[in-house]
Amino acid sequence: MKRLITLFFLIAAPLRAEVDITPVTSPSGLNAWLVEERSIPFVSLELIFAGGATVEPDEQAGVVSLMTSLLDEGAGELDAQAYATRTEELAARLRFESGRDTVTVSARFLTEDADAVIDHLRLALTEPRFDEDAIARVRGQMLAKLRRDALDPNTLASRAFARAAFDGHPYAREVDGTLETVAALDRDALVNAHQGAIARDRVYIGAAGDIDAESLGELIDRLFDSIPDEGAPMPEPVAFQADAGLDIIPFDGPQSVVAFGHAGIARDDPEFLTAFVVNEIFGGGRFGTRLMRTLREERGLTYGIGSFLSSGLLGHSYQGRLSTDNANVEIVLDLLREEWAKIARDGVTEQELERIVTYLTGAYPLRFDGNSSIASIMASMQYQGFDVDYVNVRNDMIRALTLDEVNDLAARLFDPEALVFVVVGQPVGLN
Amino acid sequence: MFARNLSLAALLSLALLRPAHAEPVTHTVLDNGLEVVVIEDRRAPVVVNMVWYRVGAADEPPGQSGIAHFLEHLMFKGTDSMAPGEFSAVVEANGGRDNAFTSWDYTGYFQRVASDRLDLMMQMEADRMVNLSFTDAEWLPERDVILEERSQVLESRAGAQFNEAMLATLYKAHPYGIPIIGWRHEMAGLTDQMAMDFYHAHYGPNNAIVVIAGDVDTDEALDKVTRYFGDIPANPAIREASRPSEPPHLAERRLTFEDARVGTPFVNRLYLAPVRRAGDQSEAAALQMLAALLGGSSATSVLERQLNFEEGIALSAWASYNGMARDYGMFNLGIAPVDGVSLPDAEAALDRVVAEFLEEGVDPAQFERVRRQVRASEIFGLDDTQGRARQYGVALSIGLTIDDVTGWIDALEAVTPEDVIAAGQMLLDRRASVTGFLTHPSDADTAELSQ
Repeated sequence: MKRLITLFFLIAAPLRAEVDITPVTSPSGLNAWLVEERSIPFVSLELIFAGGATVEPDEQAGVVSLMTSLLDEGAGELDAQAYATRTEELAARLRFESGRDTVTVSARFLTEDADAVIDHLRLALTEPRFDEDAIARVRGQMLAKLRRDALDPNTLASRAFARAAFDGHPYAREVDGTLETVAALDRDALVNAHQGAIARDRVYIGAAGDIDAESLGELIDRLFDSIPDEGAPMPEPVAFQADAGLDIIPFDGPQSVVAFGHAGIARDDPEFLTAFVVNEIFGGGRFGTRLMRTLREERGLTYGIGSFLSSGLLGHSYQGRLSTDNANVEIVLDLLREEWAKIARDGVTEQELERIVTYLTGAYPLRFDGNSSIASIMASMQYQGFDVDYVNVRNDMIRALTLDEVNDLAARLFDPEALVFVVVGQPVGLN
Repeated sequence: MFARNLSLAALLSLALLRPAHAEPVTHTVLDNGLEVVVIEDRRAPVVVNMVWYRVGAADEPPGQSGIAHFLEHLMFKGTDSMAPGEFSAVVEANGGRDNAFTSWDYTGYFQRVASDRLDLMMQMEADRMVNLSFTDAEWLPERDVILEERSQVLESRAGAQFNEAMLATLYKAHPYGIPIIGWRHEMAGLTDQMAMDFYHAHYGPNNAIVVIAGDVDTDEALDKVTRYFGDIPANPAIREASRPSEPPHLAERRLTFEDARVGTPFVNRLYLAPVRRAGDQSEAAALQMLAALLGGSSATSVLERQLNFEEGIALSAWASYNGMARDYGMFNLGIAPVDGVSLPDAEAALDRVVAEFLEEGVDPAQFERVRRQVRASEIFGLDDTQGRARQYGVALSIGLTIDDVTGWIDALEAVTPEDVIAAGQMLLDRRASVTGFLTHPSDADTAELSQ
């Protein structure tokens, strides 16, 4: 139906994201980005604390994760049961999550209860109890998760890749630690981790919903009243260091999981956006990419394949994943090498670039769907170092990319000689 | 992560369903039988276009398990006038995302796009409602894709295989016991002809629901639907679904699934339960409130508080209810014990706590908290336009009405503590249930702590 496509190219006017961001500075000097949306009576608030698991010592790997899980397991005068009961009485949705680079706090609450919820959340952030019974209970859950992870081929592949890529650096560690380190964590370690990870000097704040700028500023100060100014020092950056080659980790199952990749590009590199665009063409985790076409649509070798730029605060890599039946691994690796060499040598076509630019610029406004997504994006954009007007210029920046710029970047990013493969499974014909 | 996923019905979902009264929702039926739901939400210039077919894996011919899901994949492989893959390419060229899902009762297709692209999406959906067409070069590799999909999402996951075995054991006759993706040996024999036969027997405006949600004017949206779908004639081949029903369940069933990949052993139990019935949701609402009280919170629900916090024998314990099905609902109870507690002891503790709850009655303070969260979920739910669209699509696909969806919060609020205890008596009768242990092979038990 060629006429449909023709029709589209005629009508495809640029669509503005139409997101009206208000930068807010609280009376005490904390910054936040707010998107006011008054039609539904609730507020979404997102806090990102940079640092995450990278600030913990090797021998206490997993302590920031355990600490974060314990924040709502008792605080102030309230034990774990009382804290949860109060959260339910307020009909608030509170979520505490930790990762390699960040600790994230997400809150959703009805406008009418805003002050009470903030007081309640402040208890968790400033006065977590770390009661011994709560530690024992949550530690047990975490150890169970580590035992499950040890039997999960996807986790095994990711861990092996990270170990090879960043040996000796916090990025090589498992965010949830090991059975040994987690078993050894005590209350003192948790208190230290709390002081190191939750601080004003590393927080990025996003909000969306039924609240104005002045009220948000007051609410933030109420929340951060007794949170310390400074947290633990951040580790040094690290370079990608894995040698090219193939590592096979034997694992029983019908399929192998394949992790592949090499060094990536820094988040603050002027060409990061170009790399993002190239990856969207090559393997960005949706239909229509080169990898999906070659491996799934033309050959039925996998249910799905995706590649991604992993660009953290302290280091970067360019990686991909797929699962395929054990008999297919050898051909899959050959095809990946071929695709890698092809894009490094020939780049992408004018038509591919045109298509992806239309897609990316059209899809961008779709991200801002609802208060919770918007609050999260507001915090994340600050964490990643964007200006407040980025939302309004980002599509223009993508449209301005030339084929030469894109292909120069492809030649720089893709290095078939450097490819690292980790295969978890029983691949046929490889050893 | 990948689109065109298999949607295993929300078996373990704890979420209360969240309808909404505040924004206008309209329902219309065109002359050719097509149902249309329009949900206006003008906050962002985005619209969701969904087409739901009232046919799913439970309607497959014997020996062709997986054909409904295979057809869903093939719906992206072209029509008389569109090339293979062009559908998604056009969506993508318009900056949209598209996806599809198959359940036992329905098959759904949707696109999320900027609202000025809605016409194009409707035009393409109307086209593939009647003009599907593809060649060997498309369907043969796609059959390999669904086999890889089965390898990845089922056979590589002990928990998923366990669940498959549980359902196959619970249902004696009804096809809810057959996996949506299909049994591997039957999938391997699926053909293009089987897919086209299924398509011609079940697809058409008189077996479909269009749901439009987002930045649209209701009247304009209806005009568009009429323009693109109104001329498609009703498909005379479409018949009322006729499925085998369950005989009386006279004996409880039990199974043990052993797999070296099991990291956390647990006990799970599924009971056959009533569904949400059009015009009378009170029984389902009581079961939903029962599930919320028993398992709706990871700290304060009855099972977690007693088994995890008080007695310390569970890593977690859960309860959930799913009444969003055409023929049978399910109630789910389970417990993952801490190290050193056996699965039989954990199951006994679970049953004891449920029995005590039914004996002692509902804690009024907990009941009030659950009610408050039901009300809040209605407000939070308004934030998720696509979720609302999906909710109406599922409901209408399984035979509920708009009033049933908008009345669900009222039905939940009408439930009394006495209703909950009365509904909970079904948990004491295990004849219509299956209890499963998911565990390591017994010789691996000693290796548990070191690995």
